[in-house]
Amino acid sequence: MLDDGDRVIQFDALVDRTWIEAPKAAIVGRNVLIVTHRPLSAALALCNLDGVAARLVICPPDLDMARLPEVIAAADIDAIVHDGGQAGALPAAVPAHAIAAGTKGAGPAYEAAGLETQWALFTSGTTGAPKIAVHDLAGLTDAIKIDFSLTDPIVWATFYDTRRFGGLQMLLRALTGGHSMMMTLPSEPMDDFIARLAPSGLTHLAGTPSHWRSALRRKAQDILTPRYVRLSGEIADQSVLDSLARAFPGAAIGHAYASTEAGVGFEVNDGLAGFPVDYLERRAPVELQVRDGSLRLRSGRAAHLYLGDDSRGVVDADGFVDSGDLIEQRGDRLYFAGRANGVINVGGLKVHPEEVEAVINQCPAVQISLVKSRRSPITGALVAAEVVLADPDLDTEQAQAVRQAILEACRGALAAYKVPTSIRFVDDLPITASGKLERRHA
Amino acid sequence: MSARAAILRHVELVASEQTRRLPPLTDDLELRDSGLDSLCFAILVARLEDDLAVDPFLDADDGGFPETLGEFIAFYDRALAVA
Repeated sequence: MLDDGDRVIQFDALVDRTWIEAPKAAIVGRNVLIVTHRPLSAALALCNLDGVAARLVICPPDLDMARLPEVIAAADIDAIVHDGGQAGALPAAVPAHAIAAGTKGAGPAYEAAGLETQWALFTSGTTGAPKIAVHDLAGLTDAIKIDFSLTDPIVWATFYDTRRFGGLQMLLRALTGGHSMMMTLPSEPMDDFIARLAPSGLTHLAGTPSHWRSALRRKAQDILTPRYVRLSGEIADQSVLDSLARAFPGAAIGHAYASTEAGVGFEVNDGLAGFPVDYLERRAPVELQVRDGSLRLRSGRAAHLYLGDDSRGVVDADGFVDSGDLIEQRGDRLYFAGRANGVINVGGLKVHPEEVEAVINQCPAVQISLVKSRRSPITGALVAAEVVLADPDLDTEQAQAVRQAILEACRGALAAYKVPTSIRFVDDLPITASGKLERRHA
Repeated sequence: MSARAAILRHVELVASEQTRRLPPLTDDLELRDSGLDSLCFAILVARLEDDLAVDPFLDADDGGFPETLGEFIAFYDRALAVA
């Protein structure tokens, strides 16, 4: 079943008891834009329309409705499917049809037309304007292994929104495996979601490292006992992996590397940050390569193209997606060192914010940190840090001691130009709609 | 109010953080002989901006950098007078 706390849809009703209020000709073989208020409605639309529509474009929750006409043109949209939540904001130029659920008779509203429906997803837009990457269901589900020997029921949940790549992966895991999934309501506070998960029999929970740090701060570990804890979407550093291992002693903890463009790359399940260097020798299912420090991936899981007039292809001439994620080797392990375009340039010396954050986050008094560039008239830029303390009630003197401890840790582990020149304590750090620490690149 | 006290305090702090040995901080000390490199000065200027809420280098269009400690202090004093 799918359950968003407000409505529960049993699996056998996903298609039988839900439908799109549209004549067949308006949907079959058409390019359909899915604009929903709730993640659950988008899931119903996807179940109804895969194999029926020619192309499904899934709008993420934070998409500016003013951009819809642009998206409609780029994706050559024939029809909009919605759940009423955004109905007022839909452009009148394209016919809009509601997603409906009820006790209507048996059988899907549209018999599968057998089409290889394109699934188009928005990139997270970490760099510049979001793009729309086109996948197919085979590629999206390629990384999913179904273990039919499992007898205990699995209940999935994710802190991600299921209308983006990371969350959709989890939704597809639940749907293809026949598992239940607890879904978030729009703008549902994390505390409420966690409280709702407690009695659900939750077994599998996924989120970004930022989500997880936030969940631990909210003491999710006191009421949840997942068997599987999964991280992806940001670098999983050792401190967050260790914190999760302590918080959920019985759980398998894995981090995955995936992107909207490249699809699911690989999983790491040994509890350690980074991944073994011998992953680079793999040729299947995903081939990895490091060129100019940047991780490149080649597989059938990559998006086929970007929609619109974005003339750049997703893959290069050799079929690789350049992730822009920088890799560093230490011993027989490879570590993520940040984004190629997130580098802070201190007088010509490069600093990856993430490597500094990893050191700061190891300090026991630190909950989470964000390292960013600060302009300097002398070196162009300097490293500055914002830190959320684990204990928000420290007095000035204690906070000063923590500041010193952070600086000492940084000086012990990092070159002088990487040590933050200022450390500011903040109550919280902004998380983007895709669950990642908000980074504004200068 | 002169920026002198704040500047001297931050110079000593940055020097100790970066493990640099400072010569006596006299007004005629040539900055290039101070033992501080450009990273140290970048940090110093950032800290002074936090402390004094001015960055006189931001508007220094000719890129001219004071040569002595005395000039450096005067540079800040002028900026503070305008601010």
